[in-house]
Amino acid sequence: MAQVFHRSANAFARASIFGVVFALAVIAGVAYVMVRSNYATRIDFTPAQPVPFSHAHHVGGDGIDCRYCHTSVETSSFAGIPPTKTCMNCHSQIWTNSPLLAPVRESYETGKPIEWKRVYDLPEFVYFNHSIHIAKGIGCSTCHGRVDKMQLTYKVTPLNMGWCLDCHANPAKYVRPKSEVFNMEWTPPANQLELGHELVKRYGIQSKTSCSVCHR
Amino acid sequence: MADQVTQNQYVVTPPKEPLVSPKHDLTSVTERISSIVFTRTPKGWIGGFVFFFAITMILLVSVTWLFIKGVGIWGINTTVGWGFAIINFVWWIGIGHAGTLISAILLLLNQEWRNAINRLAEAMTLFAVVQAGMFPILHLGRPWLFYWLFPYPNTMGMWPQFRSALMWDVFAVSTYGTVSLIFWYTGLIPDLATMRDRAKHRISKVLYGIFALGWRGSARHWNNYQKAYLLLAGLSTPLVVSVHSVVSLDFAQSLLPGWHTTIFPPYFVAGAIFAGFAMVLTIAIPLRSFYHLEDVITMRHIDAMAKFTLLTGLVVNYGYLTEAFTAWYSGETYEQFFIYNRIVGPYWWAFASLMLCNVLAPQALWFRKIRYNLPALFVVMMFVNVGMWLERFVIVVTSLHRDFLPSSWAMYAGTVWDWLTFIGTIGFFMTLMFLFIRVLPAIPMSEVKELIAEEKETTEMTA
Repeated sequence: MAQVFHRSANAFARASIFGVVFALAVIAGVAYVMVRSNYATRIDFTPAQPVPFSHAHHVGGDGIDCRYCHTSVETSSFAGIPPTKTCMNCHSQIWTNSPLLAPVRESYETGKPIEWKRVYDLPEFVYFNHSIHIAKGIGCSTCHGRVDKMQLTYKVTPLNMGWCLDCHANPAKYVRPKSEVFNMEWTPPANQLELGHELVKRYGIQSKTSCSVCHR
Repeated sequence: MADQVTQNQYVVTPPKEPLVSPKHDLTSVTERISSIVFTRTPKGWIGGFVFFFAITMILLVSVTWLFIKGVGIWGINTTVGWGFAIINFVWWIGIGHAGTLISAILLLLNQEWRNAINRLAEAMTLFAVVQAGMFPILHLGRPWLFYWLFPYPNTMGMWPQFRSALMWDVFAVSTYGTVSLIFWYTGLIPDLATMRDRAKHRISKVLYGIFALGWRGSARHWNNYQKAYLLLAGLSTPLVVSVHSVVSLDFAQSLLPGWHTTIFPPYFVAGAIFAGFAMVLTIAIPLRSFYHLEDVITMRHIDAMAKFTLLTGLVVNYGYLTEAFTAWYSGETYEQFFIYNRIVGPYWWAFASLMLCNVLAPQALWFRKIRYNLPALFVVMMFVNVGMWLERFVIVVTSLHRDFLPSSWAMYAGTVWDWLTFIGTIGFFMTLMFLFIRVLPAIPMSEVKELIAEEKETTEMTA
């Protein structure tokens, strides 16, 4: 009786065992790309804005404080995107003929808001509050990166829940003195943990990780 | 050694009917069993397959509609949040348990009558678990997030709640499914090798050959095989007991009168084996006569299974009594009310039919005449199949629909989609069963041959 399988089938049989390892690696790789990669978390996401607004120019160059435009960041859950009126405070006087600013002038004339593209977009079941983070010594750059160096605003943090909880479980790693919150150039000192623990105590920061903190 | 043989002769029980017809030898039994697969597809098979495949399509349609519209197409409401999905889940998973009992527990107990029926029973287990496994996902309001039930490192920093019995269900059912599959496949390997060697066509030779994994039947193969098989049986035994206990904890873990009962774990397991044996017989009786398997599935097998059904049925009946007694004995208004409500409440008909199906009908199995009368036995088993479904209906619905707060009392009835989904799973189950019978040896050839060899040995020894 002829053999059913040729000798070479032995090699296939052995290889197929490693094929399982290979398949698992592929699954793990696909899962990584779909869930954890920058592609999935949209880190570096830089949408084209109706006006190519440059934080690098306004903050880094002109030295405008964050709160000049994002006025409600210390008092409200929403930091606020400045209305056209804020732009026109200056741009009614300077660069009045710039074609780049045409949408701003148009918005000012018609009263129709500029449709900015949102970079940091949380789902609606997350109730994020800016003011509490400012009040407890979390600086802008910790979550939004060096905005003062961004030509166009892009996303630097993944905003997934594990990332939030990383800080909420151990705030000392990230907290800074309240006076430095709006300082873009602040970097964590060598003794950050020591300082952090002291600030956590001083500001009365509670490590809040229960559902109702964010998912109301 | 010689002493022992003579001593044993005193305790030897009177010879039983043989488990394999004595006219069979090793060759003829292989011929007999493998011919079911190797002959041309019988017309009856085609008809049955087409019929059940069509019913499977009903399942696909109702599941699609469910995913489009949501669980609101079912009859569940805010009071009775668990309906057909859970009833069917428990019913199907229960059916699977006799398969493991036959293949694993009876192996440990050295019951040789399991040899001819274990393959069929294990296949039944596997296909029943497939049906059961669908319901926990289908009944989720957001079924596409079912994977949140698995503990895996995720970007949310979240893990499942390990204190919920529904979480344990995930582990219980997935482990049960996996172990049953491995056990069934391990048992199949020697037979797949036989099929490989007997197949005529090149393609089937190669296919059986791949799945036989190069089985040559050497002494070392058999030694390892027997050990592995026994170990798997030892693993499956606590598994089968714990799986349905975990399923029972879905209820017993809650505080609901009628659910919060400590007897549930053993009572559910007994019920599962009761339902499972009924289903094995429901399948084995027609299969046996259609394929003329009287010489390998003998009346002694049927008789033993019927006795097992009776035994577990009595345990279930004891469960009913205990439930009613403890309810009365507790002195708790709510506990007493749930029994009262079952008997004379709006679902009295379900309870009454349950008593008819599970308490009265199985008593017929006391009689040898019924156990040896296939049509009568089949009818009794159909009663049990229906009865065990009703039992889950009674437990789930009557406990939920009237509980602590009278202002949240409600009624429940399955909608057409509940029924179609349920009927669809029966179709899917039978479709898988038909495919199994057509492509794999439904009766383990190697194990039946073992019986023949042993039989020969004992006759030679006594001669």
